[in-house]
Amino acid sequence: MEFFRGVNIDWLGKKWYFLAFSLLFSVAGLVSMGWHWTQTGSPVPLGVDFRGGTEVQVQFANRPDIGAIRQAVDAAGIRDAKIQAYGGDVNRNEVLISLPEQKNETSLDAGRQQIVNALHAHYNNPFQDSGVKVDVVGPTVGHQLESKAFWATIYSLMGMLVYLWFRFQLIYGVAAVVACFHDTLITVGFFALTGQEISLTVIAAILTLVGYSMNDTIVVFDRIRENLRLSRRESLPDVVNRSINQTLSRTVLTSGLTFLTVLSLYVFGGQVLRGFSFALVVGILIGTYSSIAIAAPMLVAYQQWRSSNGKAVVLPAAKRVRT
Amino acid sequence: MKKNLTGRIWLIVAVLLVCIYGIFGIPHGVSGKALTDALTNRIHLGLDLKGGAHLILHVQVSEAVSEETDNTVARLQQDLKTAKVTFTRVFKPDPANKPTLVEVDGIAPANATVARSTFDTKYSTEFDVSSGANGMFTLTMKPNFQNDMEKRTVAQAIETIRDRVDSLGVSEPVIQEYNLGANQILVELPGISDLDRVKSIIQSTARLEIHPVVGGPYPTEQAALQTVGGNLPPDEEILHFSGSIGNQSGGDSVYVVQRVAVVAGSDFRSADPNVNQNTGQREVQFTLTNDAGEKFYEYTKANIGNPMAVVMGGTVREVANIKGAIHDTGVIEGSFSEDEVGALSKLLRTGALPASLDEIETRTVGASLGADSIKEGVTAAIVGMMVVMIFMLIYYRGSGINADLALILNLLILLGFMGYSTATLTLPGIAGVILTIGMGVDSNVLIFERIREEVRAGKAASAAVDQGFAHAWITIVDTHVTTIVSAAILFLFGTGPVKGFATTLTFGLLANLFTAVFVSRTIFDAHLNKMKPGEMVSI
Repeated sequence: MEFFRGVNIDWLGKKWYFLAFSLLFSVAGLVSMGWHWTQTGSPVPLGVDFRGGTEVQVQFANRPDIGAIRQAVDAAGIRDAKIQAYGGDVNRNEVLISLPEQKNETSLDAGRQQIVNALHAHYNNPFQDSGVKVDVVGPTVGHQLESKAFWATIYSLMGMLVYLWFRFQLIYGVAAVVACFHDTLITVGFFALTGQEISLTVIAAILTLVGYSMNDTIVVFDRIRENLRLSRRESLPDVVNRSINQTLSRTVLTSGLTFLTVLSLYVFGGQVLRGFSFALVVGILIGTYSSIAIAAPMLVAYQQWRSSNGKAVVLPAAKRVRT
Repeated sequence: MKKNLTGRIWLIVAVLLVCIYGIFGIPHGVSGKALTDALTNRIHLGLDLKGGAHLILHVQVSEAVSEETDNTVARLQQDLKTAKVTFTRVFKPDPANKPTLVEVDGIAPANATVARSTFDTKYSTEFDVSSGANGMFTLTMKPNFQNDMEKRTVAQAIETIRDRVDSLGVSEPVIQEYNLGANQILVELPGISDLDRVKSIIQSTARLEIHPVVGGPYPTEQAALQTVGGNLPPDEEILHFSGSIGNQSGGDSVYVVQRVAVVAGSDFRSADPNVNQNTGQREVQFTLTNDAGEKFYEYTKANIGNPMAVVMGGTVREVANIKGAIHDTGVIEGSFSEDEVGALSKLLRTGALPASLDEIETRTVGASLGADSIKEGVTAAIVGMMVVMIFMLIYYRGSGINADLALILNLLILLGFMGYSTATLTLPGIAGVILTIGMGVDSNVLIFERIREEVRAGKAASAAVDQGFAHAWITIVDTHVTTIVSAAILFLFGTGPVKGFATTLTFGLLANLFTAVFVSRTIFDAHLNKMKPGEMVSI
């Protein structure tokens, strides 16, 4: 069985469509982040990891009544609590009660105890300690995690840039990193757009998608490098087009298979991993697209710009193949 | 030409056996339950899967610094007296904001040289000394000494917490410094979901101290202030009395005590619960360290008849008059319950925390929620894996079997790694396993697509396989290295669950290099060996 045989698509000829498509999504992402920023003061909805605050997840013995829980919590004098069915599904008997960020660290724990006590006292639906999950994050830790996540993303992009510089040429590294940045921007934009919270695990997913998108780009670049060595007479755009077409089958297959596994994670992996798998579901689609539509055209555009300035085309380092 | 594969096949079988041992150990049976038990014994599950508590505590190091300068005040008074230097007072000018500062006022000009040499010989390692007008000297703690002191405080707090947690009998607790330099401690207690009890034990500063009483009891703080002339001298402090542990009846009253303790939390050598033979009351019998015993003896001998206050957790718990000189043993009496005596003596024995702790992050996961997460994660992994395996079989026919075997072995090696190492499997870690399945199959797709190309170009079976592997290898190395780079950075920067994700992803990718290239190649070669000349591989 084969899906793609002898494909001959002029990818570079469609670069303006790609550019328009990418711009559309990037701008949509930026606008929704900007809008979110004016509403809440942060560009994306932040999870309790970054925002700080108290989150209590309770698994009740019977089907919970959100209204009754709200009354119980109100009766105990707890203000500003947000109460929702966990994962939006009341049939799981799980409820998430969250309190906003506390001003100082000492009042953090009080919130948790208050909630648990209020539920025991005013709401007649038993639950056990083993069915309670609590996340209490102080403002200090929240900010620490935020800056850690930011730097982790920057460092991993830089690490890859250096590796590609060493293996190929600087421009390959730059093109790949720009493509990854594009993916990250659009994925984060999707979070702002759909109002999903960014947690620590989502950051892990974003870093994974950076690695994944980089993977895809490298496969294409590797082929370009190989083809450049074999046929020096062919024009660069032709070589790039041919390389993309040759690897297209692999690109679509791998992305498709990885997409399927991530989709099963999204469907079966439970609520805790929902944000994580959502980031990957979006990211894998975008990451595959960007290696064809962003990284490769950028490489060609740079070389054309160089030759129009009368400089020689930079050829990548020759590679050694055991034959 | 046939290749000799015996060595390679044995290597693969050996790796397989080593990994299976890593996953299961030697199970006590072959029933499903025995296998699952063996599995959970070998592979460390993270707190989010087996349930437990995760705390990040911030050590208030400034308290330890403050205590050190408090002691310095006492030592200075003693040393200046011994050197026969006259002075008006030794005090901390601003204990709240500048705990590192100690001031000596009114040293007579005639004594200045002696005073100076006392400071230089005894205090210059800890303090920078500067002199001012009217015989004033200021001692400021050296920054590197303060730094060392803060480090020591955190280390000591970790030791103390470890002792206390050990006495709780929690299995495999993690207690370590966190966020180097931020004076934070990470505590992970598997299997604990009732945090309150644990926290009260870990966090109880139980700084049992004995302070000389200046005056009291007074009904209110204002009343106490009036007796010292409205302004509290810097070397004294006002403490509330709480009767909850002592035998006196409760109710709020206020004492003025000396800021410097005669006996501090770290001065206790041992403490045991006991029942008084005469009164039948429970009590805690304690022994002081030699130095502290000496100091306490001097003090009690000089102050017979004067009151002293037992201070715990910042409140006065008991006030008693000194009946005679006490050397190094004593008792704390009170109408304690059995639990209280036990807890109190345990706290005194394990040593006081050198400073109090703030919780800045608490996470607990109940065991049954963790079990749900495992179920969901494993379901997702199995479904994802089945989909991929079936697809590979359909798309690559005979070679699909090859890829599927490599994939299964990849998974076994990954789990084997987890069994041998101390790495923990978290829920994001399971996600990492699932992602490894997706990305692991990429290497096989790369190789197979390349072989197909070579076949199309008219190469014979063995040459096509050869070329396919040779060309794909370079790409596989590049893709794996970049992903491992991002996983490594995740591991360095991430915490708990995210670290677990980075771990499984890295292990999975490393295993993939072996399975997708070496194992897959061996299977191909074994197949090629059996083929008749001119026959094609099924791909």
